[in-house]
Amino acid sequence: MAPPANRRSGFSRRAQYSSFFSYAAGVIALLVGLVLVVVSVMHPDAFSTLRSAAADVTEPVGQTTAAGRATTRGVVASVTGFFTSGREHARLERELAEAKVRLVEAQATASENRRLKSLLDLRETDPVAVAFSRLTSSTGASARRFATIGVGRDRGVVKGMPVRSATGLVGRVLEVGASSARVLLITDTDSLVPIRRAKDGVPAFAHGYGDGTIRVRLINLGINPLKKGDVMVTSGSGGLYRPGTPMAIVTEVLRDGAIARVLSNPSDTDFVMVEKVWAPPLPPPHVAQPGEQ
Amino acid sequence: MPITRKGGKPTQRINRAPSPLVARTLPWLAIAIGSVLPGWVMIASAPVMPPLGFLLFLSWRQLRPGLLPIWSGLPLGMIDDLFSGQPFGSAVLLWSAAAIALDIVEVRLPWRNFLTEWLVAVCLIVVYIVFSLMLANLAGADAPLPVIMPQIVIAVLSYPLVGRLVALIDRLRLTPFVVIR
Repeated sequence: MAPPANRRSGFSRRAQYSSFFSYAAGVIALLVGLVLVVVSVMHPDAFSTLRSAAADVTEPVGQTTAAGRATTRGVVASVTGFFTSGREHARLERELAEAKVRLVEAQATASENRRLKSLLDLRETDPVAVAFSRLTSSTGASARRFATIGVGRDRGVVKGMPVRSATGLVGRVLEVGASSARVLLITDTDSLVPIRRAKDGVPAFAHGYGDGTIRVRLINLGINPLKKGDVMVTSGSGGLYRPGTPMAIVTEVLRDGAIARVLSNPSDTDFVMVEKVWAPPLPPPHVAQPGEQ
Repeated sequence: MPITRKGGKPTQRINRAPSPLVARTLPWLAIAIGSVLPGWVMIASAPVMPPLGFLLFLSWRQLRPGLLPIWSGLPLGMIDDLFSGQPFGSAVLLWSAAAIALDIVEVRLPWRNFLTEWLVAVCLIVVYIVFSLMLANLAGADAPLPVIMPQIVIAVLSYPLVGRLVALIDRLRLTPFVVIR
């Protein structure tokens, strides 16, 4: 292909100047970018107002596309379900029979829990949910894992609130706008969640790895007790995340921890719930013992 | 007999000119929409979407050098930064650098064909994605390099498609439909 129009400015003084100034402006744009990067590395919150405003503006469209995504998933599920329905039906019947037995056991446990809690004089405080929303968008093209939800200050969302779906923890609120909020997903490399193994409470940390999986780091070093298929739930230590929220399932055991798959895959998540920030209950008041100073 | 499109109404081409407003703003608009779009397609749990804004920006500069001024990375990169999740300013910096680099390459290689264009673009895309990761890591993330490999492959392979899209938008941009008086 022949070269495009000759961009040599020739003898025209005007053309020479305009060419020079456009290159100078390009270099200035580069320097402005450098300054902006330095500022946002030093103060990550410096431009959060701008970002929130932009998210607020695009939020209605985001809601529409989120609904469209849900519809597409529904159609795909219907079509695949048509082919696998017989097999699935048999499997579900089997599982239902098992689940009925488990349900009776769970009811017994729940009633026992109630009884024990009433003995200890604990009571469930205020309701947990703050707001419900769809995940409207995410940063699919960046190494960071942020998502946007369609509720913000208008529904009482504040920074730090944990976000969960029906199947597990999704992340926590990072920046709040007027009608949208930015969520740090648990798969982001900046996210660190205290967890424990659901069955016996082996404590660990869940650290995002950036590729959709989670690294489980054990707190107690020594022999790695984790097994493939272990379910990890949040432990609530340090506050913020409510204890017992399902989080991840171990897929591969490493020498000092494990690789885990997130239970609540954000791409399959339709609605999420913003929860109140969890604060660990205060220790019981100290009662002076006789003979103590 | 008037010129007709297949099954359509006869198109009137004589005495028409492209709208200057559309011709000027459509590239900017396309890139801005390209910056926002990948976030809406899916809620990704890994970086898998190609950086569509950057691909469009590169494609416009390759198809029509000089249509977007060399400083256009400043406003367009700012829009991209608002939605991309990168530290603010990273796209401003990298897009401006890419525009300057592309201009230098075009001065050196005046004769162009598909292969050289694609190779130059591939180099810029790979460097862009790697630098984006490094800037994100500077600003608090800690993602290893293998995380972005799928994204690099997807971005490189989708670039010719983005080029077709830009050519389509360019035809739309220069469609004469405003009646000259």
